[in-house]
Amino acid sequence: MVGTMTSHINPPVITTAARTHDPSAGAALKDTANAQLRFHVAGLNFFYGAKQSLFDVNLEIPANCITALIGPSGCGKSTFLRTLNRMQETVRHTRVQGTVLLDGQSIFDMDVVRLRRRVGMVFQRPNPFPKSIFENVAYGLRINGFRGKLADRVEHSLHRAALWDEVKDVLHKSAYALSGGQQQRLCIARALAVDPEVLLLDEPCSALDPISTAKIEELMLQLRSACTVVIVTHNMQQAARVSDVAAFLLEGKVVECRPTAQLFTTPSDPRTEAYITGRFG
Amino acid sequence: MTLHLRWRKFVNLLMLGLTGVCVTVAVSTLLIILGYLVIHGARSLSWSFFTQLPKPVGEAGGGMANAILGSAKLIFLASCIGIPIGCITGIYLAEFGGKTFSFLVRYTTDLLNGVPSIVIGIFAYTLVVLPMHHFSALAGGFALGVMMIPIAVRSTEEFLRAIPRSLREGSVALGASKWKTIVRVVIPAAIGGITTGIMLDIARVAGETAPLLFTAFSNRYWSPGWNQPTASLPVMIYTYAIAPYDDWHRQAWAAALVLLALVLLTNIVARLVLYSRRSSASR
Repeated sequence: MVGTMTSHINPPVITTAARTHDPSAGAALKDTANAQLRFHVAGLNFFYGAKQSLFDVNLEIPANCITALIGPSGCGKSTFLRTLNRMQETVRHTRVQGTVLLDGQSIFDMDVVRLRRRVGMVFQRPNPFPKSIFENVAYGLRINGFRGKLADRVEHSLHRAALWDEVKDVLHKSAYALSGGQQQRLCIARALAVDPEVLLLDEPCSALDPISTAKIEELMLQLRSACTVVIVTHNMQQAARVSDVAAFLLEGKVVECRPTAQLFTTPSDPRTEAYITGRFG
Repeated sequence: MTLHLRWRKFVNLLMLGLTGVCVTVAVSTLLIILGYLVIHGARSLSWSFFTQLPKPVGEAGGGMANAILGSAKLIFLASCIGIPIGCITGIYLAEFGGKTFSFLVRYTTDLLNGVPSIVIGIFAYTLVVLPMHHFSALAGGFALGVMMIPIAVRSTEEFLRAIPRSLREGSVALGASKWKTIVRVVIPAAIGGITTGIMLDIARVAGETAPLLFTAFSNRYWSPGWNQPTASLPVMIYTYAIAPYDDWHRQAWAAALVLLALVLLTNIVARLVLYSRRSSASR
């Protein structure tokens, strides 16, 4: 599908690296104006078997910001997100070309276990383990040989995920007893327990009601001070509400990536404008 | 129109009735067997059945203590062989296997499942009994163990496959290796189903007679250790049921009831252990 569609809308890929460094862009980054880069992605191509789903993606993800990836279904935003912690390697017949640097170091040269400890992930549907709430959060610590007070760390993580008050009395109940929104925050707590530098969120609110969504958005804004957040979302209002930087992807290519306020008010590419004004997608 | 409607209602009722009849037949067969077994078995069951050795022909009374212990020993041996091999193969198929090789493995286990039990008896006879020059519990346990493998493989595989991919991803994304993910997340999530499968597997081989006839053979006395001909309940039932003595027939009924009860008991105990472990795991 991607291959056939791209042939006629195929302007040179806009390298977004330059855009995030654009002086006018810097101002919109608010308190993160002098943000360092967490991820530097260059020339990233991604293949599912013979089918290419990312084309020469260039993107820079600033530290301690919320970067939103938007675009229609199948545009490759989830695929892109999953390459950032090499989750795509769990799927057979996938191939990646290009550079992805995390703090200047290629993620493909890193030990994958260490990479995933540094780059946590939360999925579209809440996926708590069939264990107690406590064990869910402790899991990442246990498998990574955490030495220290497990209970303290679990409590801290649940606090960070704004879930502690709701679950402090039922820590040993099954995680499945929680509501969908609570489960998703539990998954965030579970990811935060290993203290990642980056948190990847793959449409974290698409299975949740508006109240739970609001809680998670608030949470993201709080997390920004301690870690870098990259969120894939279908919901453009959400991207506009929470993100500092937004990247618009279309058919496996980055169309533009700019500070969110600019992208939503003065998009530089007609396709971005068409998408955010709801003319397609 | 009304005729058509009436016809449809009639077909609907007919089909409902048919399913009802089939359900009744299926369930009542089991109940009749069970009832018959309980009535006849309980009548001949006595304390001495559990404590005494079989009496010589013509002497009344006696028990099958040796066969009860023998069956337990055989099932234990079979489980030691069949469950680890079966489960680990199942894990391989569900988690690691590629396409072609997995297909071959799956196909082979299905074929093994279809091999008549007497043929597996001959296999064990050739492989264990002939080199050792005598019947033994080992040979019987080996034969039953081989019989357990296919069901253990397939049930482990099926239940592991039923665990959603999202759980595995959640674990891997936290930096867990594939093996850790399998051991700490996937298997615990599937353990209930796997245990059920294995219980069915045990129940199945517990009643097997044919592969024991020329592997464990039988014994009218105790058989200490693992190296001697060993009595087992199914073989005893077989021998006693075809004997021309009324007393032996009664003993066979009792043995059948005990066999059934033992299988049931194993099942319940395993579930209780599983249940208590699961509730303590979340503590």
